[in-house]
Amino acid sequence: MAFSLLWLTGALSVLIMLFVVGYIMIQGLPGINVEFFTTSPRGGLSGDGGIFSTIVTTFYMVVVTLAVATPLGVGAAIYLTEYSENAESIIVRKLVSAARFGVETLAGVPSIIFGLFGYALFVSALNLGFSIASASLAGACLIIPVIIRTTEEALKSVPVSYREGSLSLGATRWETVWKVVLPSAFPGISTGILLSAGRIVSETAIFFVTLGGSYRVPHSLLSGGRTMALHVYYLAMETRAFDKAMSTAAVLVALIVLMNLSINIITSRISARSR
Amino acid sequence: MTQDIRMRAEGYSLFYGDFKALNNISLDIPLNRITAFIGPSGCGKSTFLRSFNRMNDLIPGVTTEGKVFLDGRDISKEDVVDLRRKVGMVFQRPNPFPKSIFDNVAYGPRLHGVKNRSDLAVIVEKSLKAAALWEEVRDDLHKSGLAISGGQQQRLCIARAIAVEPEVILMDEPASALDPVATLKIEELMNQLKKNYTIAIVTHNMQQAARVSDYTAFLLTDENRAGNLIEFGPTRQIFTTPSDERTEDYISGRFG
Amino acid sequence: MTSGSRHYGARTGMENTMKTVLLISALASVLIVLLIFVFTMKEAMPAFREIGIREMLSGRVWRPGNDQFGILAMIAGSGLVTLGAVALGVPLALGTAIFLSEIAPRWISGIVRPSLELLAGIPSVVYGLFGMVVLVPLVRAIPAPGNVGFGLLSASIVLAVMVLPTIANVSEFAIRSVPKGFREGSMALGATKWETIARVIVPAARPGIISAVVLGLGRALGETIAMIMVIGNSVVIPAALNGNPLTIFLSRARTLTGNIAVEISYATGVHESALFATGVVLFILIMLVNTSARYLLQSSISRGGK
Repeated sequence: MAFSLLWLTGALSVLIMLFVVGYIMIQGLPGINVEFFTTSPRGGLSGDGGIFSTIVTTFYMVVVTLAVATPLGVGAAIYLTEYSENAESIIVRKLVSAARFGVETLAGVPSIIFGLFGYALFVSALNLGFSIASASLAGACLIIPVIIRTTEEALKSVPVSYREGSLSLGATRWETVWKVVLPSAFPGISTGILLSAGRIVSETAIFFVTLGGSYRVPHSLLSGGRTMALHVYYLAMETRAFDKAMSTAAVLVALIVLMNLSINIITSRISARSR
Repeated sequence: MTQDIRMRAEGYSLFYGDFKALNNISLDIPLNRITAFIGPSGCGKSTFLRSFNRMNDLIPGVTTEGKVFLDGRDISKEDVVDLRRKVGMVFQRPNPFPKSIFDNVAYGPRLHGVKNRSDLAVIVEKSLKAAALWEEVRDDLHKSGLAISGGQQQRLCIARAIAVEPEVILMDEPASALDPVATLKIEELMNQLKKNYTIAIVTHNMQQAARVSDYTAFLLTDENRAGNLIEFGPTRQIFTTPSDERTEDYISGRFG
Repeated sequence: MTSGSRHYGARTGMENTMKTVLLISALASVLIVLLIFVFTMKEAMPAFREIGIREMLSGRVWRPGNDQFGILAMIAGSGLVTLGAVALGVPLALGTAIFLSEIAPRWISGIVRPSLELLAGIPSVVYGLFGMVVLVPLVRAIPAPGNVGFGLLSASIVLAVMVLPTIANVSEFAIRSVPKGFREGSMALGATKWETIARVIVPAARPGIISAVVLGLGRALGETIAMIMVIGNSVVIPAALNGNPLTIFLSRARTLTGNIAVEISYATGVHESALFATGVVLFILIMLVNTSARYLLQSSISRGGK
C-alpha cells in the first residue's frame, strides 16, 4: 500500500514536469517563427512584435555580468584555495574567514534584495540609471558567490600531487596555479560559469528593479532593456498577449534546457577522465 | 670523511606547532654518491628528506631549528624557487602532470626561460635518455603522461626532475609503488645517475638500501616521538658492523 | 641552465603581484556583503526612525498615501504561502526522495531525476505565467464569495512545485547517506522493506531532511516574481472567505518580496525607505530560518547520537 503511494509520488513528479513544460511548449510553439526572432516588441498594450531586442539584451546581460563576475570570482577562489593556508599575518587570516563568511551569507540572500541593493547603489547613488551597467553589476554580486563555490570545488579536486610536483621543480605558486592547476580544473570551472549564465538568463526580480522595461534594442551599457524573462513578465502583467508570453517562455525554457545539457555533458566528461 | 660534501644538515630540528618531529640531526650528503635514509615507519625520514628542498615550508605551522647547507650556503637564506631547481625531488607515487610526455619533461625548462622548440626537444631527449625512458617513448612523446605504466611514469618524473639540471635529486621511496621489475629498473637507473648527480633516497626496504646506496643513515623515534639520527656511515659498515645496538636490531629484523 | 637573474626577478615579481591581485578578488565578496548591508540599512533607516519597527511589524494597514506602513499583512502573506508550499511540497518531495533512493529501478530514476532537474531549471517567471494561465482559472472554479482565483492557494501550489526539486534532492542525499548497515540490520531482524524505511532509514536521515526542508523554506520566502503573478497582491491580512476556515487559502494576499518589487519603481521618500525596511525584515527572517535550521540540525544529530 505504502509502496504504491511512493510510486505515485515518483510518477507525480514526472507528470508535473510534463504538464508544465508540455503546456508551455504546446501553447508557445505555434507562435514561434523566424519573424518572432527577428522583430522587436512594438511596446504598448498589444504585445505585438517578436523578441529580437530581448534576445540582444539577454545576450549583453550574460556577457557583461560574466565579464565582471568571473575574474573576481575565480580570482577569489584561487586565493582561498591556494594561498590562504600559508598566510602569515593575522590580518590576512581574519580577512580570509570574513571572505568565507561573506560567500556563505550571500548564498542565502533572495535575489530581490540584490535588486534593491542594485537600485540603491547603481541606479540611484552612482546615477547609472536603469541600464545594463546597473543590472549587470547587481547580477555580478548575485553570482560571484556561486562562481567562488564551484571554482573552489573544481580547484580542490585537482590532486595535491600535481602541485607538489610542480613546486618541487622550482615553480612559483602562481606558475603552478596557472600552468598545472587551472588547466586541470577548467571543466569544473566552466560548469560554474555556465550555471551562472543560466541563472542570469532565468532571473527576473533582480533585473526588474535595475534594468527598466524598455523594449528597444540596447545600444550601450547605459541603455535599459528587458531580458527574455522580463519580457514574459511584462507581457503577462501588462498586456493580454498570453500567446506571445508563452512563446517567449518556450524559447526561454528551451535555452535553459540546452545549457543544462551542456553542463551535464561537461560533468560526465570530468568524471570519465578521473576514472 | 674525505669525500666532497654536497649538502649538510647541522643540528636540524623540525616542529609541527609545538610537537617536535625531528630532533637535532646532523649529517652530510656526499657528492655524486647515493645516501639512504632508513628506519621504521613514522621515524621522520620523509620529513627529513623534504627539508633539503624546503618542501616542508608548504605545511602551515612548521618551524625549524638548526641549518641545512647546499655547497656551504644556508638554504633558508636562498630563494626557495631557485633552491628547488637545484635540489629536485621524485615522489613515492609517480605524479606526472595531465599533459603530454614532452610537456611534462619540458615543464621545468620552460619555467626557467627556455622557449625555443628545438632547444626544448634537445633537452627532452637528453633527459628521457638519462632516465632510461627514451627508447620506450620516443615515438609517443605526445601521448599523455598518465597513459603509460607506473614504472614508466616514475621514470618520466625522474626525467622531468633531471631536465632542470639539478645538483641533487631527492627520492622519497621512489620504487615502493612499483612492481619488482620496475623497481629493479629504477635501482639500475640510480646507479647511472649518481655519476652526474648527488642522490639522497628514503626507503623502507633495507635490502634496497644495502644494494643501492653508498652511505646509510639510520633514524629512529625517541620516547617523545621525535626522529633522531642513530647512526650514519658507509653502507657496508652500517650493514655488517653497526656501532649502535639499535641499528643492529633493526638491520637484523628484530623490529621495524 | 642557470636562472638568469633578470628572468628570476620577473618571475618573483609576477608571483607577488598575483598574490596581491588574488587577495583583492577574495575581498570582493566581503565588500559585497558589506555594501549590501550598509546600503540597505542606510535606505531603511528613515523608515525605522520615522515609523518605528514595532509600528511596522504590527501595523495591519499598508497605505503609503495615508502614511500607514504596517507590514503585518505581508508577513502573514509570506508566512501562509510558505506554509502552504511546505504542506503540499514536502510530502511529495520526501516521497520522491524515498522512491528514488530505495525503490525505483535504475531506468525509472533515469526518468524521474532529469524531470526534477528540469523542474529546477524553469525560470520563476515561467512558473508565474503557468500559474496565471492554468492554475488561477482552475482555482476560480471553487465556489466561495470573493474567490478570484488569484490568491494563496494558487501561489502555494506554484511555490510547492518550485521548491520540490530542492527538497527532494537534498533529502535523497540524506537518505542515501544512511549507512548500509542500518538497512541490513533491520532486514535481518525480519522487518519488511517499508518498515525499514519508515522506522529506521527516514528517522536516521532526519537531520538531512530537516535541512532540506529549511532550504526549501528559505527559497520559498525569497521567491518574488512567481508570487507577484499569482497571489493577487492585495494588501489584506488573509482571512477565510466563508464559514470554512480552509478558504483562507482562497484569499488574496501579498508577500514581503512582492511588496518590495511591486512598489519600488514609483515609491519615494519615506515610502521608498519603508520598502527597504521590508527588505531588512525579510533578510532577518531568512537568517532566522537558516540559523534555527542549523540549531535543529545540531540537536537532532546529537540526540540521534550519530
